[in-house]
Amino acid sequence: MAAPVNSVVKVLPEGSAVSITSFQRKTRGRLISIPGTRPSVQNGQLLVSTGVTSLDFLLGGGLAVGTVLLVEEDRYDSYSRMILKYFLAEGVVCRHELFVAAAQDNPDDILQELPAPILDDVAIHKPAEQPRLSCEPQNSLDAMKIAWRYQNLPKVQSALASSSRFGHYYDVSKTMEPEIRQAAKCHRFYLPEHPTQTSPIHSPMLESYSLLLKSLQEVIQREGFGVAGPMLKSRNILRIGLHSLGSALWGDDLSYHDNPKYRHALTTFLYGLRALLRSSLSVAVVTVPSHLIQDRALMGSITRLCDNAIALESFKGSERETNPLYKDYHGLLHVRQVPHLNCLASQLPDHKDLAFKLKRKQFSIERLHLPPDLSETVSRVSRGELAGRATVASACGSSTSGNKHLDF
Amino acid sequence: MYTELNSILSSTPDSFTQGEFILVSDRQSDASFLIHHFLSFYLRARCRVCFLGLVQSFSHYNAVSQRLGVSLAQAKEKGQLIFLEGLTESLSFLIPQETSTESQAMDFLRDPTVSLRHLYEFIRTSVSSSGGGGEGGAEEWGPPVLMVDDLSVLLSLGVSTGAVLDFSHYCHATVCSQLQGNMVMLVRCSEEEEVDDGDDEGSERLLRGLTHRCSLTLHVQGLPTGYCRDIHGQVEVCWRRRQGDAQNTQRKLFQYKVNDKGASFFARGTSSAVL
Repeated sequence: MAAPVNSVVKVLPEGSAVSITSFQRKTRGRLISIPGTRPSVQNGQLLVSTGVTSLDFLLGGGLAVGTVLLVEEDRYDSYSRMILKYFLAEGVVCRHELFVAAAQDNPDDILQELPAPILDDVAIHKPAEQPRLSCEPQNSLDAMKIAWRYQNLPKVQSALASSSRFGHYYDVSKTMEPEIRQAAKCHRFYLPEHPTQTSPIHSPMLESYSLLLKSLQEVIQREGFGVAGPMLKSRNILRIGLHSLGSALWGDDLSYHDNPKYRHALTTFLYGLRALLRSSLSVAVVTVPSHLIQDRALMGSITRLCDNAIALESFKGSERETNPLYKDYHGLLHVRQVPHLNCLASQLPDHKDLAFKLKRKQFSIERLHLPPDLSETVSRVSRGELAGRATVASACGSSTSGNKHLDF
Repeated sequence: MYTELNSILSSTPDSFTQGEFILVSDRQSDASFLIHHFLSFYLRARCRVCFLGLVQSFSHYNAVSQRLGVSLAQAKEKGQLIFLEGLTESLSFLIPQETSTESQAMDFLRDPTVSLRHLYEFIRTSVSSSGGGGEGGAEEWGPPVLMVDDLSVLLSLGVSTGAVLDFSHYCHATVCSQLQGNMVMLVRCSEEEEVDDGDDEGSERLLRGLTHRCSLTLHVQGLPTGYCRDIHGQVEVCWRRRQGDAQNTQRKLFQYKVNDKGASFFARGTSSAVL
């Protein structure tokens, strides 16, 4: 499959460089080779990990660079915030640049709560890229030595391990050490620090959103994330985390008005965000308190302007918490939308009955129950035979053997 | 271009009805695979296509069209395809800058209360300029085709439903009636059918208004029985032919599955997954 696509890509004229967006074909993805990314097996797009391994699997391997993941918040914003923190923490570990915007909490507070990467991952990154850390020598002294002869080898081995596994594991019970955190370059946007003045122009956009969009564009242009810009020798990914867009603190009235004045502010912002991301090496996670937005049609158009959309429905405070069916889980996860990018057929999940749980150290998504087996690959004949054999074995007479007449 | 859909619609790139307004709509599903079908269909039919790509980037449409065997970049060079990339055009309006040398086509973003007149002007000039790009009339293109993906995003950008309906009426008059060309528009609706009639604004009203005018609708829905991996949904095809005075309507329902290089359509219940 890859060969014809590659040859076709080469045919493209060089003059179309302006229209090139961040959806990388397989060939270009290999040329750039940014740490923490990999090409998709399905359509060759450049993927980054969300930090939650099971969520990556659900999204078809990871988030495609240049796309937006919409997370509909659960009622108390505890799990959606966790997904946002996972996403940012993965960026810190992969040395991507971050952009955090919030109106409620200071972005610094969000950054301080990032989960700690699990130790073997730290051991991979610290000696290779941060030899000057003070805590590092003690760690290596404490570590048990199996054979001193292999002391010089682990670098190669760990590199192999990290390349075969995409994304890292995190311990949510601990926060990331400040040394690791501060090594990552982070841009902050805290709305109260940006004075908004009501604009006289009749614009569909809120002032807060256009300020955010403007500062995003500045960062993308200044730090060279734009695809159309001059090719720097080392490209990097910008991870954008936008917290609780559409809430009242952003100046939006979607959540408390039946007939909001700024009805199109958020959708217009998301359109602009998509336009920015499509032409740059960046990827965004946006959380929206969707349970506050009563208008489902509006929520539908918000979803359609994002590429991936998932919704979290926590059991906290609902009667489902005590339901024995859900006793192992903390909430349900709904896949609202999967991306159709550069390909006709999208990667559809096997089934949509998914639940999430927060284990002691790890957030994970699991299937709630198995779906009925109705795929094209299943052989019907063997199942019919099995059923026939079962009736013979159980020997419960004519009532079940009647089923056989239904087989055709 | 999906051959199965061509046989359902009984049209081939060599012979198709002119002056048609095709409305593609969806609910709980994604109908953009039909847009790719019509784009490659009309490019193969050697029509002059004006494409308003409002929701995706050019490279996306190009990559999908490559798989369907049509090169958009070449068609654009030859002057057969006029592509308006809404995403890149919109940025200069959404983030005001000092130097504005862009076209005026998307200027409704600055103030959505004004009509979509500049967008229509853009379409009219690009559709009616017959082979102006090709020097010496090297290539002669067939009837013009206007495609919009998708119309309902205009509503999300703050344009009123009435303005979008006016816009589509103007386009219909110019492209279909005046120039005997075709028009394909995609409208995406919200998840569940709106039952309350109090709030009449939005994509439902747009869909109703356009259904009234079009000659062929393709309505894509999710399966009413729920999600299935092997059947992606169902398409309701509805012809409205005016023969003499009597207007006869014909409906057919198919289920479909989109795969890597096309889509397959089959009668209800005859998927290979359940047989």
